[in-house]
Amino acid sequence: MLAFTLRRAVQAIGVMFAVGIIAFSMFRFAGDPVNQIVSIDTSAAERAIVRKSLGLDDPVPVQFVRYFADAAQFKFGVSYQFRQPVSALLSERMPATLELAICATVFAMVFGILMGVYSALKRDTVLAKLFQAISLIGISLPTFLIGILLIYLFAVTLGWLPSFGRGEVVKLGWWTTGLLTLSGLKALIMPSITLGLFQMTLIMRLVRAEMLEVLRTDYIRFARARGLTTRAIHFGHALKNTLIPVITVAGLQFGSVIAFSIITETVFQWPGMGLLFVQAVQNVDIPIMAAYLLMVSLIFVTINLVVDILYTVVDPRLRSTVGRAA
Amino acid sequence: MTEPVLSVRDLHVEFASRRGTLRAIDGVSFDIAKGEVLGVVGESGAGKSVTGLSVIGLIDPPGRIAGGEIHLAGLRIDNLPPEEMRRIRGKRIGMIFQDPLTSLNPLYRVGDQIVETIRTHLNLSETAARRRAIDLLAEVGIPAPEKRIDGYPHEFSGGMRQRVVIALAICAEPELIIADEPTTALDVSVQAQIISLIKRLGRDHGTAVMLVTHDMGVIAETSDRVAVMYAGRIAEIGPVQDVVKNPLHPYAKGLMGAIPTLAGEDKRLVQIPGSMPRLSAIPRGCSFNPRCAFAFDRCRVERPEPLPRGAQSVACHLYDNLPAESAA
Repeated sequence: MLAFTLRRAVQAIGVMFAVGIIAFSMFRFAGDPVNQIVSIDTSAAERAIVRKSLGLDDPVPVQFVRYFADAAQFKFGVSYQFRQPVSALLSERMPATLELAICATVFAMVFGILMGVYSALKRDTVLAKLFQAISLIGISLPTFLIGILLIYLFAVTLGWLPSFGRGEVVKLGWWTTGLLTLSGLKALIMPSITLGLFQMTLIMRLVRAEMLEVLRTDYIRFARARGLTTRAIHFGHALKNTLIPVITVAGLQFGSVIAFSIITETVFQWPGMGLLFVQAVQNVDIPIMAAYLLMVSLIFVTINLVVDILYTVVDPRLRSTVGRAA
Repeated sequence: MTEPVLSVRDLHVEFASRRGTLRAIDGVSFDIAKGEVLGVVGESGAGKSVTGLSVIGLIDPPGRIAGGEIHLAGLRIDNLPPEEMRRIRGKRIGMIFQDPLTSLNPLYRVGDQIVETIRTHLNLSETAARRRAIDLLAEVGIPAPEKRIDGYPHEFSGGMRQRVVIALAICAEPELIIADEPTTALDVSVQAQIISLIKRLGRDHGTAVMLVTHDMGVIAETSDRVAVMYAGRIAEIGPVQDVVKNPLHPYAKGLMGAIPTLAGEDKRLVQIPGSMPRLSAIPRGCSFNPRCAFAFDRCRVERPEPLPRGAQSVACHLYDNLPAESAA
């Protein structure tokens, strides 16, 4: 088990190294960073000073090692547009994005699993068919459209929910949260739904399909022949077997939720990393873009690692093969 | 004779399909007495498994029991409400399926699955149920049961898993065990062990056993009586020696003739020409008539009803109003 975890961790570091190379090469290929910092009428001598102060005149390998060593300590340089350390900007924005992503995922998991189980067990009811129809909408409508429709309905027409921002936030150390204030909670509802709807329908369809599959298996038939209660069969035996693929998908989707919250954050003017990234793209703020790339891949890699480990917790078969291989 | 543990009377099972209703079981009747092993034999699709599933009440839609009665120790069980039938399953009727590799839930320890079943049916504490589970595993011949009880199904071999499945089937001391091809998926050497285990358990506990298989060797070794099924009906039923040594129904004769013997090695095995009709195309009259060497006009129009013939009972017109020599 430990060997397995270590092996996966080494792989994860390898991936991060590769992403680091890509992030670093962004500085090389997206124009001269000095031009972004200085104004047009800066003299060549002054440019050279700036270049030297940023270490841009060092050989490329030296720059790369320096960039990587800094990145490993979460130092991503200074933003061109804000003139602030990128890590400070990101950590200031991170709580907003993570909070939104977690709420969206929880929303997707809870409703997705409930609706999926229901529509698998009561396949022919009207409600199950309604869920199927909703899932079709959720899977086919693009995120920004859902967000705009929600804003139009609940913010503009009904005026129940705020159309943008995070509402009031409370500071807990370096973390800021909107979960403790009413306006913060209200502000979370629509972005969470917008961001989580696709995941919810995905999970719902997956749970439904898997559950139907599992209910056909021999061990479910045998469980029935043993006279177990329907409840024990459905929620003890069937659901647990259903959850293995759901964990994978939900886990991997959590990475996408964070990475692609860009659109939702833009629609709702949510002050998170995604919005920061969009502004960075508009201003060719490469340190932020590179740092964002690294952050997102770090999150992805971590989640993959966690999902792999979770697997072995749920499925004893993997545990022993992993143990044997180690 | 005391009341049989299981009594099936004129059972009909139908499956609704797009091409109309299919009759999987068409008027099957038999009894199993306490401690008796009834072997049910026939080709694939003859209705053996469906008979077993109807007894335990696990015929799923689109299938349904369309007629007849099933009695368990005098209690009619074919029309019980689902919840009451559930209480009978596992407690009074145990079932063993064909494939031990897929019968156990891979995510739960075998002990947990046994304890869960025990506690569903018997009012026992967790520790008492666990003790009972260990005893059961020991009884079905699993070495070091107090250690193996915490193993997962994939840590057991096929034969050992079938033993666990059997332990699960008998954990509430059922009066009847339905074993649906319990040895088909196993090694030949393991088959013999499982068969003798089932036989011993039936004897020790006085349990009635319905043993569904297509293996005549298994039947001959285990059963007290045997029912030969063909296309949803019982062609012949009787004591195992009689049916094996002196089969009456032409189909049963064909089956027995197809068993290889060690003595007659140079003889070709007898083959029954053709194959069993599909459920959608069962011929009029006797369903075996197109393949039967002795078929005559009556066989093509009138369905034969079971006729008592000594200790046997045979559904064949050859034995109706005719002396036995014409069939010999």
